[in-house]
Amino acid sequence: MLHSKSFVKKTRGGKVTKVVREHYLRDDIYCGASICKVCDPSVARLSASASTILILDTNVVLNQIDLLENPAIDDVVLLSIVLEEVKNKNLSVYNRVRSICSNSLRKFFVFSNEHHKDTYVKEMDGESKNDRNDRAIRVATQWYQTHLGGATRVLLLTNDRENKRKANEEGISAETVETYVKSLGRPDLLDLLVQNASGDVGMEDVEDLRPSKRKILYTEHKPMSEITSGLHRGIYHQGKLRVNRYNPFEAYVGSESIGDEIIIYGRTNMNRAFDGDIVAVELLPQDQWHEEKSLSIADEEDEEEEGVHLVPGSADDAPRTTGQLQGSSGETAPVSFRPSGRVVGIIKRNWHSYCGSLEPMPKPAGSGGIAHALFVSKDRRIPKIRIQTRQLENLLDKRIVVAVDSWDRLSRYPSGHYIRTIGEIGDRDTETEVVLIENDINSRPFSSQVLACLPPLPWSVSPEDLTNPIRQDLRHLRVFSVDPPGCKDIDDALHCTSLPNGNFEVGVHIADVTNFVQPGTPLDEEATQRGTSVYLVERRIDMLPKPLTEDICSLRADVERLAFSVIWEMTPEAEIISTRYTKSVIKSCAAMSYIEAQAKMDDSRLMDPLTTDLRNMNTLAKIMRLRRIERGAITLASAEVKFQIDTETHDPLDIGMYQIREANQMVEEFMLAANVSVSEKILKHFPLCSLLRRHPIPTREMLQPLLLTAAAVGLNLDVSSSKALADSLDRAVGDDPYFNKLIRILATRCMTQAVYFCSGDLSPPEYHHYGLATPIYTHFTSPIRRYADVIVHRLLAASLGIYKLPVIFQDRPQLTSIADNLNYRHRNAQMASRASVELHTLIYFRKRPTDTEARIVKIRSNGFIVFLPKFGIEGPVYLTQRGENGGGEWFVDEQQQKIKKMDGSLSYSVLQAVRIHLEVVEPQPNRPKLHLSLL
Amino acid sequence: MEYVSPEGLRLDGRRPMEMRQIRGEIGAVAKADGSAVFEMGNTKVIAAVYGPREVQNRSQQMNDQALVRCEYSMANFSTGDRMRKPKGDRRSTEISLVIRQTMEACIMTHLMPRSQIDIFVQVLQADGGTRSACINAATLALADAGIPMRDLVTSCSSGYLNSTALLDLNYVEDSAGGPDVTVGFLPKLDKVTLLQMDAKLPLDIFENVMQLAIEGCKAVANYIRELLLENTKQLEYRRGV
Repeated sequence: MLHSKSFVKKTRGGKVTKVVREHYLRDDIYCGASICKVCDPSVARLSASASTILILDTNVVLNQIDLLENPAIDDVVLLSIVLEEVKNKNLSVYNRVRSICSNSLRKFFVFSNEHHKDTYVKEMDGESKNDRNDRAIRVATQWYQTHLGGATRVLLLTNDRENKRKANEEGISAETVETYVKSLGRPDLLDLLVQNASGDVGMEDVEDLRPSKRKILYTEHKPMSEITSGLHRGIYHQGKLRVNRYNPFEAYVGSESIGDEIIIYGRTNMNRAFDGDIVAVELLPQDQWHEEKSLSIADEEDEEEEGVHLVPGSADDAPRTTGQLQGSSGETAPVSFRPSGRVVGIIKRNWHSYCGSLEPMPKPAGSGGIAHALFVSKDRRIPKIRIQTRQLENLLDKRIVVAVDSWDRLSRYPSGHYIRTIGEIGDRDTETEVVLIENDINSRPFSSQVLACLPPLPWSVSPEDLTNPIRQDLRHLRVFSVDPPGCKDIDDALHCTSLPNGNFEVGVHIADVTNFVQPGTPLDEEATQRGTSVYLVERRIDMLPKPLTEDICSLRADVERLAFSVIWEMTPEAEIISTRYTKSVIKSCAAMSYIEAQAKMDDSRLMDPLTTDLRNMNTLAKIMRLRRIERGAITLASAEVKFQIDTETHDPLDIGMYQIREANQMVEEFMLAANVSVSEKILKHFPLCSLLRRHPIPTREMLQPLLLTAAAVGLNLDVSSSKALADSLDRAVGDDPYFNKLIRILATRCMTQAVYFCSGDLSPPEYHHYGLATPIYTHFTSPIRRYADVIVHRLLAASLGIYKLPVIFQDRPQLTSIADNLNYRHRNAQMASRASVELHTLIYFRKRPTDTEARIVKIRSNGFIVFLPKFGIEGPVYLTQRGENGGGEWFVDEQQQKIKKMDGSLSYSVLQAVRIHLEVVEPQPNRPKLHLSLL
Repeated sequence: MEYVSPEGLRLDGRRPMEMRQIRGEIGAVAKADGSAVFEMGNTKVIAAVYGPREVQNRSQQMNDQALVRCEYSMANFSTGDRMRKPKGDRRSTEISLVIRQTMEACIMTHLMPRSQIDIFVQVLQADGGTRSACINAATLALADAGIPMRDLVTSCSSGYLNSTALLDLNYVEDSAGGPDVTVGFLPKLDKVTLLQMDAKLPLDIFENVMQLAIEGCKAVANYIRELLLENTKQLEYRRGV
């Protein structure tokens, strides 16, 4: 069964070296057909009733992967040579094919033709690698034909004309994908086909073919060799292109070679690059660095208007502000002269599939014909995509998923193809699904392997847990939890007892999730991938399966639960005397909501022990809070809103700002203290592989919009340090009670978000957490819903010597990649919840046009942006009709942040209160949006 | 990188528990007392044994046992790119020591006091697993020289890549950076005389990987035994017994 064959394989690198590798050819590779009498039937994947077995060419797999993912295509043999070629050309397609192959519902079989003694072909003299591989595919097809002896039809699918001709000559039946799909008689499948750009298949858009229309819109991409040499010589700069979320005609390329971001204005300069592509950029001459702005808007006919959206929570969500205020007149705004450039080549594409809908167009007269349509992605950073479809009338009012295939330099838009339909536009479930897809959130139910890792239900603390020496029995303590109303995943609980010496023993008890989530199990891997639970308005997508989240780990009242505890001894002045960490068993005596806890504390008649504990804790928390603010922690404000949801229809009934009580702040204070204590402990033991959280200091440039607004209302903010900023924010009180909060909201949105990182990657001064003003910080207190906390739990357990540190912590690059993934998931989860709130806001206002009070937060050339405190949203109000661009009647006073009418009769200034009418309009069918107008 | 495909084939077409093709030849250097060539796939080594003979350096002579010396070297042409390595670099010194200790453990040195046995091994072609191939070649050569041994010591390596235990790593798999367990084994006595690993591996996995290497050693031992029997038959035949 072993047959050895050595062969010269390849040359590599700069040097030419001969590589000799062994290549074993075998006779124990089976064909995978269940009708086959010779081969081992246990490995067969192809169905017995298959009328046709398909063998695919490399290009078919590469281009038509969406078709292959459709369950209509089955009984496919994938040759290992094809997979290898696919892997070399496009790894993401390879991974998709592999996942189809491993899906037990699909009948895809991988045939290792390269190691089969009959199907291995040797390269012939003068034969190119491609030709050899094509021949290998044909030989394998022929082998299947003779092996199965005509019991079924073996069909080679190839779009390569030459290959098809040769196959036919050799007596192999071969067809193009198109003809095969047509023969299936399923028109919806035809939409999944990628239109081949090389012209092998004769389907082209007719309208663009006319020579007169074929205008070259984009400059040609430079060949790879030129890009490499250009990068080498420093003419070009390489980086990832990030398109401005709020202005798709503006993009940034973070370049290491010049240490700054290069701005790219306009689609022409972006030269067909998508968001996330790795591109090569050439800098424009310095005199063109500024004027680009007006130019970019001018050459786009489809300038989109800004919609009403949620108030951004941090600088990461907010629109980029460079040059935002410059508008009609060439004015004095301090636009920094940042280098701008244009894309000369794309090094790596970041194309994937996009969610959106078709641009409204008249329904075609006859059905069934091929129609061209423009697809508009939900993500504004993505340009419109031209697709062909045969089911236009079905798709017009649907949310669909589309993939990009190519972007010709002659066409304004990239061309792509339809993948699948999600549902009707405006339907809540559909839109929620879109939100999830857009943010790359896995909402699938947990797999059986993952569920197999759970302990059997009903679970309770076992005697072994109680006798375990690492676990301390704290059931005698009066432990309680305080959470938002209706909270089911309770991951923290507290206790506070007074000691005989007048001090307090304060404990924070966190659900011991790592006791159930062991490293390396499928459950752990799934949680690593998900990274965080996602909270949408009407549902929650858990990081861990429900039994763990809501029962086994949840520190509910009156049941014994496993916990990881941090216990301090504190003086009445809230000085920490000693800290102790232990795994424990607790029994919570009360699970309160914030409202209940607050009511208990406020009711002076109540004197029971629990209330006393609460009051003691509250006193301590207040001191700790004060001390923290003293250190320079910034009290930030957010415009979080809360919906009341109808239990039957899941429609929002009411909407309002989230109210923060003293009880919230009390719990928060102890959680912060626990996090800080734990971060100190783990960093001491593992200085190189701890997972910490840092909040970078905002640069002056980032705070610019805040300073500008503050200056306009005569407020002088000191931003030299977090302490100075916090103090000046405290001083910022106007006659208006809401003024201070407004300024804080504006400050919050200037800052970036805190991020997770691996302590070995940065130097200790960079660990600093700006917002909390602590030198180090981590997340320890919510392991049920955040994976970072699970990692920190493991680190803490290892630092106590309870468990060994899992192997993964020794691998710093991997730890860094986990931290990056957590940041990515965390951000996506936030974006998704915001999007979900936006969606529900829209649903809420659909039936309720409202008049409300609003604040002007930013002046534009043709109006202003208002913030609606009651609903936590902001959006533009136009004083002039669109298109006129403020010409004439209104003029903007940049210094004072005012917009005035020419005759001086009316003026609006920033932070001024106005009355706004709010309603949902549908300028185009199926495209509802919120519209704000001045009363 | 994918070292084992989901179909269960390694890069060169072997399955995880399969060895490369092995081949041995006795009597490659006429002048030596015993010699052998041993191949494991593309790895090819030659071994020559001199002795037992008079101790060259009197100060090293031992009155109760024989002195075993070993020298390992790699031919300049053994790897693809020609490298001129200075003789006695750290890697060679280490492998020399490893081979000497392994062989010393199975030679009945107490039968040959005040004598010296020299083992020379040279790698003619390197494709991973040179250590194992050298030990196997040395065993053959020692047997050829007629030196009394407790058992035939054989060696094989195994590794752990893509969560699979792999037997007999070749160069590509060896340079993947995963663990590489080399085992020297006395099949009759069922004893391990050499165990090397230069990576970290959880204990339960390590045991499996080591067990796999031991199975490999047993397979090599069977082959070597057959080879020696065949060789003895040839000698008998030539003598006309």
